[in-house]
Amino acid sequence: MLEVTGLRVAYGGIQAVRSITFHVNEGEMVALIGANGAGKTSTLKAIARVLDAAGGDVHFCGEKITRIAPHDVIRQGIALVPEGRGVFPRLTVAENLAMGAFVRNDAVDIEKDLKMVFGYFPRLKEREAQLAGTLSGGEQQMLAIGRALMSRPRMLLLDEPSMGLAPIMVQKIFEVIRAVAAQGMTILLIEQNAKLALETSQRGYVMESGEITLHGAAGDLLNDPKVRAAYLGE
Amino acid sequence: MSKWFDPRSTFGMLLIAAVLIALPFVAALGGQAWVRIVNFAILYIFLALGLNIVVGYAGLLDLGYVAFYAVGAYTYALLASPHFGLHWPFWVILPLGAALACVFGVLLGSPTLKLRGDYLAIVTLGFGEIVRIFMNNLNAPINITNGPQGITLIDPVAIGDLRFSGTSQILGISLSGPQKYYFLLLALAILVIVINQRLQNSRIGRAWQAIREDEIAAKAVGINTRNLKLLAFAMGASFGGVAGGVFSAMQGFVSPESFSLIESIMILAMVVLGGMGHIPGVILGAVLLTVLPEVLRYGVGPLQMALFGKMLIDPESLRMLIFGLALVLVMRFKPAGLWPSPERKRELSEKRTGAA
Repeated sequence: MLEVTGLRVAYGGIQAVRSITFHVNEGEMVALIGANGAGKTSTLKAIARVLDAAGGDVHFCGEKITRIAPHDVIRQGIALVPEGRGVFPRLTVAENLAMGAFVRNDAVDIEKDLKMVFGYFPRLKEREAQLAGTLSGGEQQMLAIGRALMSRPRMLLLDEPSMGLAPIMVQKIFEVIRAVAAQGMTILLIEQNAKLALETSQRGYVMESGEITLHGAAGDLLNDPKVRAAYLGE
Repeated sequence: MSKWFDPRSTFGMLLIAAVLIALPFVAALGGQAWVRIVNFAILYIFLALGLNIVVGYAGLLDLGYVAFYAVGAYTYALLASPHFGLHWPFWVILPLGAALACVFGVLLGSPTLKLRGDYLAIVTLGFGEIVRIFMNNLNAPINITNGPQGITLIDPVAIGDLRFSGTSQILGISLSGPQKYYFLLLALAILVIVINQRLQNSRIGRAWQAIREDEIAAKAVGINTRNLKLLAFAMGASFGGVAGGVFSAMQGFVSPESFSLIESIMILAMVVLGGMGHIPGVILGAVLLTVLPEVLRYGVGPLQMALFGKMLIDPESLRMLIFGLALVLVMRFKPAGLWPSPERKRELSEKRTGAA
């Protein structure tokens, strides 16, 4: 479904991503793991067109999306949950969710999807009228995922959903991610928490200094001695 | 809003209308100077609401707003004065000035699309100064703006045979020049209030809000941030252009001096002090910042005489002192502005109680 070929991202002269190639199949959850600064977020931002790629191509459902406008990415069916959550702090929870459906005008279905999001995250329903900036970190992450779902995407890009959250909150968030994936959603997940990411995904790619050094089925990667040594603290 | 008075009821509307109609006649009791002050208050309401679109809605800090005001004013001055011997009617020039200001808005907006906050403020500040300096120096080699001397004898607004300068009789009521401008300005102000109101609750208004809050997230939900930021600049600039045209006609004289940085700062102060993004707040800010300095101008001298029997401090310097102090105090005790929008108020109170 998503084909990334030879993608490069550079900040000035510094190469953050050096020609990486990977793919995500329809209905699959794929984890992209690696240390801080390995180029994971840059990769995701380039796919979502928040950053310009320095080279290479991104195809989604057979269509080339390497150079489309950033605001058209969501119209193609790709929803980004940005790093650090990126909710609209001075809008209420309900308004944030409504913004997620900005590109849609099917009021009836939007209402249905809102119910679905509240089903996944009952906490958001309770805080509906509260300003997003006053939510806890975990609730903001829920809101960011909920907002992405409100666009009824074909694929979700999740940028470090566990970042800065209490373990109990991380569990809750990942429960929902698994539930969404079980509904058939295609997901590309970026995580520093390699164990959690690989346990949740079907396949995984390991990124190191801008390159993909390992890839395979998530279970195999979990048992790979190199991965265990580098990312699972063994 | 308090319970005993609801401005949305028929009675409330009628009362507001009655006050607005009576205002220029009441002000005239204190002399035509007070009608002019009221006119300027409305002109600044107009300007402040234009800037409110850029700063309050889209969150783009613009310190060069006065440049668009200048473009509108000079467009009117050049096309309706003996300077070029042109005397076009105002209803042609006013839209033209707005369109030209709009072009300048896009001109300023396009190179600054990637800038935010402080950086954007610096660039817009520079832009405002560039326009003013151009007006100051475009008298050679070809004399376009007449330089620092400015342009004089600008035509007043005229509708048919009714010229807005001097006194005329309408339906048996004697209206002075400033009083006629009052009603023109009032009509324009109502128009800009309605447009602001409509924008706020529109899809465009929501997209602006999203851009103001988080630009990457705004892109991610499918908002064309580039076009919408340009639209904010263009709309704000157009209002500035219209205000400039009316200013030109009303004063009969323009010079670069009227478009200095302090003007931009004053208009921004009206927006911030009143309550950014909240229409009644911005109106209040504009009225206070126009009328307060005038009240101090006329009030401080006599007050000193009454209290101390002599002038202790020069009224002119005391005026700016009190004015500055008032600004500092308001920002200290009402950081969201004097009349903030309910959301903004709630946000500040939530922060204070530390809700998590």
